[in-house]
Amino acid sequence: MGLLIQGGHVIDPINGIDGRKNIYIDNKGFVVGIGRAPKGFKKTRTLDVRGQIVCPGLVDIRARLREPGLEYKATIESETQAAVAGGITSLCCPPDTNPPIDTPAMAQMIQQRAWRFGMAFIYPVGALTRGLKGDLLSDMAALDESGCVAFSNALQPITDTRVMRRAMEYAASFDLTVLLHSEDPWLHGDGCMHEGEVSTRLGLPGIPEAAEIVGVARDLALVEHTGVRAHFCQLSSARAVAMIAEAQKRKLPVTADVTAHHLHLTDQDVGSFNTQCHVLPPLRSLSDRNALRRALKSGVISAVCSDHQPHEPDAKLAPFSRAEPGISGLETLLPLTLKLVEDGMITLADAVALVTSRPAAILGVDAGHLGVGATADVCVFDPDAEWILSADDMISRGRNSPFLGWHLRGRVTHTLVGGKIVFSRSPSD
Amino acid sequence: MRETDLQIDADGQLLHFLTTEGLHKDLMLSILDTAESFITIGKREIKKVPLLRGKTVVNLFFETSTRTRTTFEIAAKRLSADVINLNPQYSSTSKGETLLDTVRNLEAMHTDLFVVRHGNSGAAFMIAKHAPPHVRIINAGDGRHAHPTQAMLDMFTIRAHKGGFEKLRVAIVGDIMHSRVARSQIHALTTLGTAEVRVIAPRTLLPAGIERLGVHAFTDMRGGLEDVDVVILLRLQRERMSGALIPSEQEYFNLYGLTEDKLAYADKDVIVMHPGPMNRGLDIDSAVADGAHSVILPQVTYGIAIRMAVMALLMGGQAPQSRPTRRTRRPATTGRRRG
Repeated sequence: MGLLIQGGHVIDPINGIDGRKNIYIDNKGFVVGIGRAPKGFKKTRTLDVRGQIVCPGLVDIRARLREPGLEYKATIESETQAAVAGGITSLCCPPDTNPPIDTPAMAQMIQQRAWRFGMAFIYPVGALTRGLKGDLLSDMAALDESGCVAFSNALQPITDTRVMRRAMEYAASFDLTVLLHSEDPWLHGDGCMHEGEVSTRLGLPGIPEAAEIVGVARDLALVEHTGVRAHFCQLSSARAVAMIAEAQKRKLPVTADVTAHHLHLTDQDVGSFNTQCHVLPPLRSLSDRNALRRALKSGVISAVCSDHQPHEPDAKLAPFSRAEPGISGLETLLPLTLKLVEDGMITLADAVALVTSRPAAILGVDAGHLGVGATADVCVFDPDAEWILSADDMISRGRNSPFLGWHLRGRVTHTLVGGKIVFSRSPSD
Repeated sequence: MRETDLQIDADGQLLHFLTTEGLHKDLMLSILDTAESFITIGKREIKKVPLLRGKTVVNLFFETSTRTRTTFEIAAKRLSADVINLNPQYSSTSKGETLLDTVRNLEAMHTDLFVVRHGNSGAAFMIAKHAPPHVRIINAGDGRHAHPTQAMLDMFTIRAHKGGFEKLRVAIVGDIMHSRVARSQIHALTTLGTAEVRVIAPRTLLPAGIERLGVHAFTDMRGGLEDVDVVILLRLQRERMSGALIPSEQEYFNLYGLTEDKLAYADKDVIVMHPGPMNRGLDIDSAVADGAHSVILPQVTYGIAIRMAVMALLMGGQAPQSRPTRRTRRPATTGRRRG
């Protein structure tokens, strides 16, 4: 019993594979051979993927599934299905569920729900402080035991600098990674978009770039002080990128990611109150966007994530400042990353690494590679398929995307989780 | 879709009136000219014309307002429309009804024109975007974004006193940051060809990138008021002190309150305007408010004419002829005038 993925162009950055090879998968769901069949391999099924790219299943550092607490927006079942339709086989769920992921029971419940559906694998992110309230530490060691791969306070600020210091020190004691959404809450204030010409024109309260810079500066000082391994989430400004680059040069243990939409949109895209572009942190200027793109090339930013936030339609049918922030991004993570290849910013192998091996390395999880012995989480996509994103075709329960109507290139045709084909789309779809 | 595209139809006529930004100069002038013809109506014994007879106008004010709502109501009644005033505050929204649901319910009652005021920027735009084709929307103020009829009435006042815009220096003084009126005035003034538009305020009350709207920014009254022909004062809301935007009323009045001394920097024929409500002793000194340069009270009268003009243009009626003795034509009862 075995599955042969035949004739595809395999890109596996960790193992340095970039060429046409067959992949052999055994009945337990592991990769047992690349290029040549292992001895005794009995093929029972062949997946002919000539002309397509075969890469590790995507690893998404941040995707909200809305369960538990906001099931009217989406569920673990609906969103893990959307994930595999986007080629994503592992994703991190931030702790800002309701109740938050601050107990082992919550962490386990979320993983068990995901196992039950057998689609994408969920790595929960534990709350850094109890109830995300920013005053008491959560039981990090117990949460780590229960499968949490990192710790974060999501978008809830930890305003008390001493609590932040202690949280980092405590995490460092057990070699845990913290994910930081660094922003000064007072400078953020009631802002709902980038502070600049567009916010002035629209009369919308702005979030100055300084909000991010002050937050990153504070947290970098504390990272240096505590030595904790820190990952900065969703950078939005050129200045913050420069600060992270400088910290990395000084060998601080810091990494950073960016969301796919910040690589393609700017505050100009808010246009006339387009609530689909209401995101946090806000879309900033063109020079910020360009700096984020360059940071992918230079390696300062080592992951692209979806920051998936599915919403019901009403959440966006409100005046801009009252519309709920966020984009349903699972199904556009891959094509938006591939678009950077088309734009000449990065190579195809880099694009694959930014959504597979590098985010896996940030989290320290065994995913995002296809070496012999690896779990056969595989994404197969047609790099030349051109398609238009339409709400009707989206699998996520949230159809809130500023990319609706965009012409995208590169589309997932098959997704395998643990050697099982959990998603396939015929080329004509 | 841009607002400009939404408020103008394929023939370049007004569909909704949401913002002065991007509005063509000819349209602005036609609003002013139409208002001119309505001025005379207010002076007649019988102040009504039948242009909007059989139409229903809903004043939908989510934010409280006395003057603006009243002028819209008088304007609609002088055009013979049926007027309904609703002040939902946030009561229906707090019960779970969304803004769009509230509007859709009213649309279902076959209303024709909504005059909307809302505390959030973009509210009127959103309502217009989702409105059925026969419904017209007038923005009576949305958040900090726009208040186009107020701006047009200010343009009317300026034209009435100064004749035109091309040679004028106009200074807008005060809380530019939070002012929808200032934004709408700036777009109207620049479109109408004003020689120079200035804004004067401390940096805390000037929004980022304001110069990109085509104005010169000043932080002092002496430099900002030098040789200006028109001074427009904005109301300073007293709660701004708590946001650490200004230190005290005294300091604000000393630096930016319009006194006769400061007004002396301006041109000798300067006019002083204030969209109201005035804070005497905070943004304007009584001697100036009631002085020879002040044109504050006539502004209110013009407000009705401007709102009549906008309603008439939106609903496709013909403006009355300027000779008051002649009977006005019967209005078109259905549809809007095309091209």
